[in-house]
Formats: sequence, structure tokens, C-alpha cells
Amino acid sequence: MSASDDAIDVDVRNGDNGKQALRKAAMAVLAYSDAAQIAARLDMMALPAHEDLREPENGLVMVRGRVGGDGAPFNLGEATVSRAAVRLVTGEVGFGYTLGRDRQKARLIALCDALIQTAGHADMVEAQVLAPLRAVVASDRHRRARETAATRVDFYTMVRGEG
Amino acid sequence: MYVAVKGGERAIDNAHRLLAHERRGDREVPEISLAQISGQLSLGVDRVMTEGSLYDRELAALAIKQARGDLIEAIFLARAFRATLPRFGATEPVDTGAMQVRRRISATFKDIPGGQILGPTFDYTHRLLDPQLAGGFVPEQPATSDASDAAMPRVTDILGRDGLIEPSPPADTGAPVGDLTREPLNFPADRDLRLQNLARADEGFLLALGYSSQRGYGRNHPFAGEIRLGEVEVEFMAEDAGFTVPLGPITLTECQMVNQFKGSATEAPCFTRGYGLAFGHSERKTMSMALVDRSLRARELGEEVLAPAQDEEFVMSHSDNVQATGFVEHLKLPHYVDFQSELGLLRKLRQEFSEAVEPSQIKEAAE
Repeated sequence: MSASDDAIDVDVRNGDNGKQALRKAAMAVLAYSDAAQIAARLDMMALPAHEDLREPENGLVMVRGRVGGDGAPFNLGEATVSRAAVRLVTGEVGFGYTLGRDRQKARLIALCDALIQTAGHADMVEAQVLAPLRAVVASDRHRRARETAATRVDFYTMVRGEG
Repeated sequence: MYVAVKGGERAIDNAHRLLAHERRGDREVPEISLAQISGQLSLGVDRVMTEGSLYDRELAALAIKQARGDLIEAIFLARAFRATLPRFGATEPVDTGAMQVRRRISATFKDIPGGQILGPTFDYTHRLLDPQLAGGFVPEQPATSDASDAAMPRVTDILGRDGLIEPSPPADTGAPVGDLTREPLNFPADRDLRLQNLARADEGFLLALGYSSQRGYGRNHPFAGEIRLGEVEVEFMAEDAGFTVPLGPITLTECQMVNQFKGSATEAPCFTRGYGLAFGHSERKTMSMALVDRSLRARELGEEVLAPAQDEEFVMSHSDNVQATGFVEHLKLPHYVDFQSELGLLRKLRQEFSEAVEPSQIKEAAE
């Protein structure tokens, strides 16, 4: 769970890399969440005018693994994915990608991605959308981790024969 | 030759209508929902996703419902659906080392960093039918205990630190990754193509081949080094965004098989490896895949190819259950014209036979 947590608990830094890391962290939380949860939280905000730069669409990605887990890549199989791009009236462009065929969810992710690039809406999206959804993600992961931990086992080795 | 099908449209329509009726079962019984299939027949869904080569739980559940529970038919439906969507590209290779683990066991070391975690398993159940499950059974909430943040390195990484196991083949940056959905299969096939083929392969076929290797047909002395199940994040390089975007988590099962040694005059002996990876919770599949992956490395490791499981052309040409069922089941389509010509030939041969053997006692076979 360490890598995904790192992606979420990202430092807010200055510069392009920091902004990109912030956008990726937001996308990770949104991709994990249901469209209805995202929409319900966005509905509570006054949003700037925006338009579809790329109509939401369904497609496939080829999921890759690595030989032995850490070696050369190979093609494991495909997954359905949805994507969209949204442009705000102020010019910011957001991109939305998510597993599954929920086009509306891809559009909502793109809209959030555009909003967090603006000075005027970033804080509100963080407070009203991302923070509460991030808490749900963390709580889901924590619950699963606790259920999993209860099945940790210690095997004792019996010595066979006369030892 | 399908001329005889002509004129059968009404019968075919009615047959499909009857199929839809039979599929529904007793109409007094509530219809099964996709959420029920996905949630309560989840391992069937995982198999359809893996062999259908399409990660989408809802579509796999729909395929199972439409196929009346026939998983190979469902896999066929999933494969056909793929052709309806454009492919945006390939993901970054997933990092199974960063998995949020829900199950992780090793049969080689009992004390592994991060511990042995049984997770949701059939292992150690008594395999007795449970009458309680016939209806109305409410299971207890899962037990919980404090989760540790300890890292869970792969068992092969631990062995690798001491050089006791061969390293994974390194990524050759820039080399294209073979894709058998895009190019026809040629032999000999590299390991990337072999693993893609095995990942889509019929579980029963791989199970039988893996079993045959254990019984001595291409023995390779396996240990289940590690099996892990859990969620990994999938990332995709989005050209429009200009950076790698997260797509969300998928569930994977991974099996690292540790096998007996190789070595040479210049290289110290070390364990060899077989690898299995599949969508969802697919333990038998990944174990069988890892056994067969190792067997198919015979050529690379300088082993004599004697057994079916070591023969890559045999294995890879017969592993796909959609191709296999297509060729086997096409036999039931009308072959009347082909058969007529065979029948004509047979009659001629029989006549020649009769005339040659006992020309005086010719009894024409019943026409």
C-alpha cells in the first residue's frame, strides 16, 4: 500500500513537477471513487463555464506486467478505460482517465483536473471534493488492511523422523 | 458448405427465442443481477476477465449471465467485445511489489518479511458441503487486527540478494513488447509472447500440463516461492496530458515458482524461475501458468525437450479455449455437401472392394 499512499500524501510543492504530482494525486483519488460521489460533491460548488475539449469516450488499454514481477514487460490483457478532456472558460484544460466504461466519470475527473489548475477553484476542489474522497479511500484501504492482518499466520515446522 | 442452412431463418430465430426463455429459468424465481454475479460468483468473473483478456467486472458478469454460466462461452463473448473498442495504448508495467496485499504465502520460507497472510482462501477448509449456505446464511463480519506498514518484498527478491536465484530478464528499453493480438504467432516465441499466451490460456489446459510436469513429463522441481493477491495501481502515459496518469486499481494474482538449478563452468548454480500473473483472484491459474512458463524455458536453459509441457509450439497452439472451441464446435455446423462427397467416395471404394474380393458374390450395399 506504500506506493499508492505516497501518491496521495504528496507534498504541495512549487513548480511544474509539483503541480503535476498534485494533479496525479487528485486523479488517483478520483479514479478510485464512484462518479456519483464525485458528482454529488461538485454539485455543491459554483463552477465556471466549461466545455468538452474531447467528448468522453470508451476504449481499451493493454495492461502490462513484468516477467518475474520486476523484469522485461509483457502484455497481460486489456482493460476498459474511459477518457475525456474539458476546457474551462478561463482556458485551463483538464484530462480525465479512468478504468471502466463510465464516460461521465472521465468527464468529472477532467473537470476536477482543470479546476485544480486554477487559482480560484483549487482550494475549494481540494476541500470539498478531494479531501473527503481521500478520506474514503484511506478508510477503505485501512479496513481491508485490518481484515487482512487478522489472517496473518505463523507456521511451525515439525521436525520429521528422529531429528 | 452451408447451403442447407438457407431457408432455416425462422427455425433459428425460434431457437434463439427458446434459448432466451431457457436462460431465464423459472420465471417465478427472481432474475439474477450482474451485481450478484460479480459479488457472489466472483472467481468465475475473474476467470472470464483473465481468459477473455478484458478487465471489466461488469462486462464479465454480463457475459456469464448471457452464456448461462458456460465460462468458455462467456470468455468468447468477452473477446468479441474487445473488437468493438479502440485501443488507446499500453499501460506502464504494473508494480506487483507495491501491491496492497490481501493474501501472500510462501511455501519456501515460513518467516518472510511482511509475514504469511492467508487472506480469503479455500485452503484449510474441509471441503464439506455446507447446508447453511443453501439460503439465508449471514456470515460474521471479518475479524480485524492491527495492520503493519512493514514492506512485503517478493520472496524472489530476498533470494536474489544472495544470488541464489536467477534474476528476471532485464527490460530491454526500446525493444517492442510482443503482442499476439496484433501479429500472428511465430515459433520460436520469446518469453513476453509466451507469457501473454499463457495469461489468456485455458486454465484447465494449463492445469493439466502443469500437473504432467510434476508427474515427470518434463520434471522441473517446483516450489511455490510466493503467491500474492491484491490491488495494484495502473498508470498510463497520456499523450494529451503529457504525463503518466493513474487509471485506478486492478486486482491481480501473482505466482513466483522457484525451480531447480542451472549452472555452468562459468556461473555458480542457482534456482530458476517460472512466473504466473492473472487478473482477479486466480490462484490455480497463476500456479499452472508458472509451472508451464518454466517448462517452456527448456530451450533457453539447455534442457532436452521431451514432454508436451516443454514444447512451445504444441502448448501455445492449443492453449486458447476460444480458438479450440471454435474448431471443435464447428463440426456441428452443417457439412452436408462435404459429407455427400465423402459418402460418394466411400460407396465407390466399397464397390471396388467387393468386385476385387468376391466378384461372384456381389451384394450391392443398401442404397
